[in-house]
Amino acid sequence: MENEIKKDSKSPKPYWNPYLAGLGLGLVLLASFVIMGRGLGASGAMSSAVAAGVSVVAPGHAMSNEFYKEYLGDGTKNPLKDWLVFEVIGVFVGGFLSGTFSHRIKRSVEKGPQYTDKKRFVFAFVGGILMGFGAKLGRGCTSGQALTGGSMLNLGSWAFMLCVFAGAYAFAYFVRRQWL
Amino acid sequence: MSPFYKFGYFGDEASFIIAFITGIGFGFFLEKGGFGSGNKLAAQFYFKDLTVFKVMFTAIITAMLGIFFLGAFGLMDISMVYTTDTFMIPQIVGGLLLGLGFVVGGYCPGTSIVSCSIGRIDPIFYVIGIFVGIFIYGEVYPFISGFANSTPMGRITIPEYFNISYGIIVFLVVLMAIGGFIGSEWVEKKYGYKKGDGK
Repeated sequence: MENEIKKDSKSPKPYWNPYLAGLGLGLVLLASFVIMGRGLGASGAMSSAVAAGVSVVAPGHAMSNEFYKEYLGDGTKNPLKDWLVFEVIGVFVGGFLSGTFSHRIKRSVEKGPQYTDKKRFVFAFVGGILMGFGAKLGRGCTSGQALTGGSMLNLGSWAFMLCVFAGAYAFAYFVRRQWL
Repeated sequence: MSPFYKFGYFGDEASFIIAFITGIGFGFFLEKGGFGSGNKLAAQFYFKDLTVFKVMFTAIITAMLGIFFLGAFGLMDISMVYTTDTFMIPQIVGGLLLGLGFVVGGYCPGTSIVSCSIGRIDPIFYVIGIFVGIFIYGEVYPFISGFANSTPMGRITIPEYFNISYGIIVFLVVLMAIGGFIGSEWVEKKYGYKKGDGK
């Protein structure tokens, strides 16, 4: 760990114990259930952004598509004025605050030592496409389905979550050079 | 009685402020757990570091137990909490694709936002990819909507589907998670990064 190399105040602090971080996350999720009657999300906000973008460029096309219409409503309200959009902006701020307190803000690329930045960027982009498409087919991502639906014991969410792990483990071998 | 919003204790404008604060908490704990690092997330799938499993399942059982007891004591009307309907086959295919995207890209949507927030560059490409993926989905949706909406099962939970009491399933999930935690610690000792690996 980097924090073991140097002990000066600028070196990153260690991550929290995972069970403690998980407890904090679980309490945020529970608070959201109690206060809002809904859980957390991430991909939904990105869908709103895509739908909003399409409706700006091609309004007729967007309104004739059932998928975009789900996020655009009847067209009278701004699709970005949405609960998940505000929540995701908060996620960015929360991550930044934690990163600042822990001295982890750093311009860098996450990858294994053998991999080039350029290749990593291509994989990140392709992985994002698969994720975006999969999240729409699965009706959510790790936040909305696995965490939120998982804690509600939603049947489809559990099937989804098991398949996320299955898919990732099954394919991990083929991209091992990127990470190890 | 909760959920407060559903009982009209506050309006839409206030809900957006709550959304922002909720997100801050979400992002904060994700980062504290190490979820801003693609390396740490991907390590889950090579049995090097099982933080993803540990954080996720601690969060799931915390919230699950909270809802269960609030419901049991009559403090929450669980039927008013939003949860998605189940579409079994599309969700299985979606989950597999998402897992693939996770290990190829290194993040899931929420963690990619956190990683961007602490200055990482690769998640920027990932987020752009997500936008493109959603756009592709939107464009092909008219052709695949039949499949996307197949095997609909409505709003259904594991206790309802297997006709087993809610409390027993909650208990079994907690047991399974604890077993998973013990197993994770063992796996990390055996296969995990050792001190001096530079990880």
